[in-house]
Amino acid sequence: MAPITARGNKIMTTHTPKLSLGPILYYWDRETLFDFYEKVAETDIDIVYLGETVCSKRRIMRDKDWLEIAIKLKNSGKEVVLSTLTLIEANSELGKLKSICKNEEYTIEANDMAAVNLLSGKQTFVTGPAINIYNARTLNMLSKQGLRRWVFPVELSRETLTDILEQRPDNVETEVFVYGRLPLAFSARCFTARYHNLQKDDCQLRCIEDPDGLLMSTREEDPFLVINGIQTQSAKSCNLIADLDDMKKMGVDILRISPQSKDTIDIINIYHDCLHGKKPIHEASSELEALSPTSTCNGYWHGGAGMESVNQHLNEKSVE
Amino acid sequence: MSNTNNTMELVCPAGNLPSLKIAVDNGADAVYMGFKDDTNARHFAGLNFNDKRAREGIAYAHQRGSKMFLAINTYPQPSGWQRWQDAVDHAAELGVDALILADIGVMDYAAERWPDLRLHLSVQGSATSQESIEFYHRNFGIKRAVVPRVLSLKQIKTVAENSPVPIEVFGFGSLCVMVEGRCLLSSYVTGQSPNTFGACSPASAVQWKDTEAGLETRLNNVLIDCHAKDESAGYPTLCKGRFNVNKNTYHAMEEPTSLNTMALIPELQKAGVAAIKIEGRQRSPAYVEQVTKVWRAALDSAQQDPDNYQPKAEWLQALEKVSEGSQTTLGAYHRPWQ
Repeated sequence: MAPITARGNKIMTTHTPKLSLGPILYYWDRETLFDFYEKVAETDIDIVYLGETVCSKRRIMRDKDWLEIAIKLKNSGKEVVLSTLTLIEANSELGKLKSICKNEEYTIEANDMAAVNLLSGKQTFVTGPAINIYNARTLNMLSKQGLRRWVFPVELSRETLTDILEQRPDNVETEVFVYGRLPLAFSARCFTARYHNLQKDDCQLRCIEDPDGLLMSTREEDPFLVINGIQTQSAKSCNLIADLDDMKKMGVDILRISPQSKDTIDIINIYHDCLHGKKPIHEASSELEALSPTSTCNGYWHGGAGMESVNQHLNEKSVE
Repeated sequence: MSNTNNTMELVCPAGNLPSLKIAVDNGADAVYMGFKDDTNARHFAGLNFNDKRAREGIAYAHQRGSKMFLAINTYPQPSGWQRWQDAVDHAAELGVDALILADIGVMDYAAERWPDLRLHLSVQGSATSQESIEFYHRNFGIKRAVVPRVLSLKQIKTVAENSPVPIEVFGFGSLCVMVEGRCLLSSYVTGQSPNTFGACSPASAVQWKDTEAGLETRLNNVLIDCHAKDESAGYPTLCKGRFNVNKNTYHAMEEPTSLNTMALIPELQKAGVAAIKIEGRQRSPAYVEQVTKVWRAALDSAQQDPDNYQPKAEWLQALEKVSEGSQTTLGAYHRPWQ
């Protein structure tokens, strides 16, 4: 139990958060996936989320393929979590979800309330960023159902997280999406198929051609959003590297990096080095800016529009 | 669970008292409204009900046999929590017939504090399967779930058949291409989203500018579209803009259309759908009047003779006139893009 102050607030002690690698949001080919996780196994990442969360038609990897990767990662000392689909529409998707939720070997990341319902009271689970936990009452209610870790919704600010953490249950870990293109919306329609003038049922899985999604720019050619099948993402990559110290003080337990087709391993290393004081934040910040597909943003965390980039100059000074 | 009595309830929108009265007068079985703040998903200036108007409206509806629902369907953060809690208490004291809720915390509070108050799961709760509806039923005893507009007719049938509670579907109005409750596009650009603020692409962030190329519409400086002189310019709802993908300029997400499922009434009825919801609390009393009148006639006609039901040309024309973009579609219920 964390100590309680006279006001009922829990005292947060500074600790070093763990690093996690979120599920791959794009459609990559099998060989690329196996190679990718081979390299991930050699990094200092603590937790790896595996599985398809965007589209049930992406079936290049079978369950046994994912489990093979899971075992390798586990043998390298990683905690493995199986991520599940975000939009459950068809009965076949529900059936698939049920079969994943039956596994007892790995923790499940629920990305839809259907998964939360299947896991409630049966085994502990994690909720992904698409589960709307916007206040402490929701967090406490889900904790009673078996929630052991939650990913903070990406559109909320550090102020809101601070407020929620003041009233959080003791046994729930908090994970923050710190790096990567933000998952912003889900639709029944496939915008990749729409771009190729194909029907969804005959999409030919063309999303495999775009390992970082299809860039959508404004008519002034400003990179704006990214089409990833039925999911819409930000073109800018969220990057909260300048807020690491703040997150440590707040009691954030895990920092999530969302994979991109190139340089993910470098990004993991940069975050790891910063967390352990081996690299100054300002240096990491410019390195990450260069590694992001377009540019970076941190507006949501600072209470503004997600696409904004709040100047971190003051934070950098206080860190050094 | 299918609706057993085979009549679908007509649920109409009211953004103000004149709309509420017109909906009741023209045959709405139920009318839904919201308070004048960010606790509901139509948080627009000049819209919604203060205490006095809400009391008057509820009395008006109840005297004439219509039910009143109240939407508290945005997601409170701790700094605003009290406002949502007060809204629940206020609605219960006003004697509404049901609360339409999305947030788990708010639902937990409402179920504990007002155990006899009927709760509906809002479309903002993003429940697209019987399994997720079951969560809210098991924990909070919801009596109905409004399902997102992304489901196809086949999927609606499956959910209606297997859901532990009756379901309500959207019949007419503006179309969201994204799953409600799961779209952050608006806050990415403006800082305010339906989840946090109760508005998408809020008016305060909109800019219109006449340029040589045409009329530019922007949202917090981001160019959403540019309309040539001969094109009609719509409100810059983010997902309805034109964007460039590999040098192709097009409606990359959604063309501005409205939803109209009038042709599907017998099938929805057969599927056991309990209620048809009309979108548009932000629209005028004239819209509410027209849509309520036409849908009342259509539902009555389908109820009397489902096998020979056909939407009448004059109904469709009347709806065409009030729909946004003057185009109507069956939305996801029928999926030409599938």
